[in-house]
Amino acid sequence: MVLAFDWTQLAQQTVIGLSSGGLWALLALALVLIYRSTGVVNFAQGEMAMFSTFIAWSLIHHGLSYWEAFFLTLAISFVGGVALERVVIRPVERAPVLTVVIVTLGLFFLVDGAARWFWSSETRTLPNAFSTRPINVAGVAFSIQDLGNIAVSLGVVALLFVLFQFTKLGLALRAAAANPEESRLLGIRVSWMLALGWGLAAAMGAVSGMLTAPALASFDQNLMQPILLYAFAGAVLGGISSPFGAVIGTMMLGVFVNLIGTYVDWIGTDLRLPVALAVILGVLLVRPAGLFGRASVRRV
Amino acid sequence: VRRALGIGAWALAVAAGLVVFLLLPHLVSDFHSRDLAGAGVFFIAIVGLNLLTGYTGQISLGHGALMAIGAYTTAALVVHEHWRDVWTIPLAGLAAGIVGFIIGIPALRLSGLYLALATFGFAVSMPSLIKKFPGLTGGSQGLSFFESAPQQITGLTGKVTIFGHTMTQAHFLYYLTWSIGIVGFALAWLIVRGGLGRVFRSVRDSEVAAVSSGVNLAATKTLAFALSGVYAGVAGSLLAIQGNIVSPLSFTFRLSILILVGAVVGGLGSLPGLVLGALFVQYLPTISTHVSTRSGVPDFIYGAAIILAMILLPTGAGGLLRRAARPLTTWLYTRP
Repeated sequence: MVLAFDWTQLAQQTVIGLSSGGLWALLALALVLIYRSTGVVNFAQGEMAMFSTFIAWSLIHHGLSYWEAFFLTLAISFVGGVALERVVIRPVERAPVLTVVIVTLGLFFLVDGAARWFWSSETRTLPNAFSTRPINVAGVAFSIQDLGNIAVSLGVVALLFVLFQFTKLGLALRAAAANPEESRLLGIRVSWMLALGWGLAAAMGAVSGMLTAPALASFDQNLMQPILLYAFAGAVLGGISSPFGAVIGTMMLGVFVNLIGTYVDWIGTDLRLPVALAVILGVLLVRPAGLFGRASVRRV
Repeated sequence: VRRALGIGAWALAVAAGLVVFLLLPHLVSDFHSRDLAGAGVFFIAIVGLNLLTGYTGQISLGHGALMAIGAYTTAALVVHEHWRDVWTIPLAGLAAGIVGFIIGIPALRLSGLYLALATFGFAVSMPSLIKKFPGLTGGSQGLSFFESAPQQITGLTGKVTIFGHTMTQAHFLYYLTWSIGIVGFALAWLIVRGGLGRVFRSVRDSEVAAVSSGVNLAATKTLAFALSGVYAGVAGSLLAIQGNIVSPLSFTFRLSILILVGAVVGGLGSLPGLVLGALFVQYLPTISTHVSTRSGVPDFIYGAAIILAMILLPTGAGGLLRRAARPLTTWLYTRP
């Protein structure tokens, strides 16, 4: 059988994959940020992002433009993330990992329930952040929205890199995650660094949510649940201890999932997730630390 | 004398529990008997999850999917093969046990976080996998016993006769579910008390120490997953029998989390509190409608309850019971 292979379609689908992968990468980075400082995955990250998206929707509904609402929501999400850490995570800071994981699962229900409570469960829409007009590059039509999403994702990643690598605050954040005891001796307020990490993670999730929603015909409170799973899977694929790996991992996953959904009929749209997870499980069995992660060695 | 008193106190507590179990449906309406039967389903699944998470230390976010395996085994046997509904329960347990065993195999290499991801993925994928095989599972419509095989439903006419006792269908479902629940609980108690329970706990507390002491890690973990799967499968089967219908919508990720919530509220690593965990999960939605009828309120309260339980009562209701009973137990077990 000869496949009718079409380079134009391949290029288009790859860009679409990179676009969604970029949005997942932001959520994946949020997961990695919290994972590196506390050793747990925040299962509520997706729901927090969804909540932020609903805040943005309300702001736009009250007459703000998309980008005004965007930046205001970022600030609100940052403060909200810090507050959640102080109120909910602080009391279990020294508890076993399983306890903290269960607390984040509780937070998942809490935030999800709150969003259904405040905003009824009817579907709604967000205006587009970018023009949906296609542009032609070498005979292939790409949508500006997809390219814009990729640009914003990479921009946020770059900003984060600068923050962590070139500022004193970033150094303190990294130190607090790497070695809390010694950081405390050096006068870094470790507990507050964790809270800051939660704030940053919440803001990144908000970006992911606010860019994901406009691309959909309509959205409701289930907006971020599949995305959390893709982000989680992509982060694990790239190595959850490595921010760089998490970004590459989710981008790769985005392209892979989109291509396999397009070219393999039996998989279509509804089996993308199981297939992606099966592949990741396979990778993990061979490389338990992920593609770019470093295996942690522990002295017993 | 004190030892005898201690055994007497235990026997008394067990007897009181059995009396409550036998009399309860006669004190409440048929409607509430059905609700209690629903709590029994959660109870069985929670006991199974507690063996795995509470005693062996392996997290599972996928027990709802194992319940789906049990429920669909029952439904397929009833609808396609015209089996009597109650006789499918053992096979449903077996099927979910085998699937649990298979999930346990990657768990040998994945720990903590990765295991959470793998089981999380299993739970999330289950509804779309079910829809992919409509011939067997009825697709997104699900399978209805009532439409396809009504003569296989026990007590459809409203009356069930067992050993000469005639009872309503609601009472039958209650006694069926909780009898299985009590047997499962007793088995779990025996396992936890015995040598196998010690092996499970050693894996939970330190894998390295367990291996050094000669524990076969691979066998232990897969066994815990398989056992836990049997409980989930039986629970799923009972859920299908109670509802007379299975559909992919009943087995979403939520169900897996509800089971985990029940185990946590009841107390991981303890057994008596689990009844309270099951009642909590079953009745919270009903209770929260008194607070507000807006959607989302039950979930909000679930979430707040989980967080508060973890912060204030890390050992769950079971730990609270133990602490409350400590004056009595120390008196009974110290030599004068």
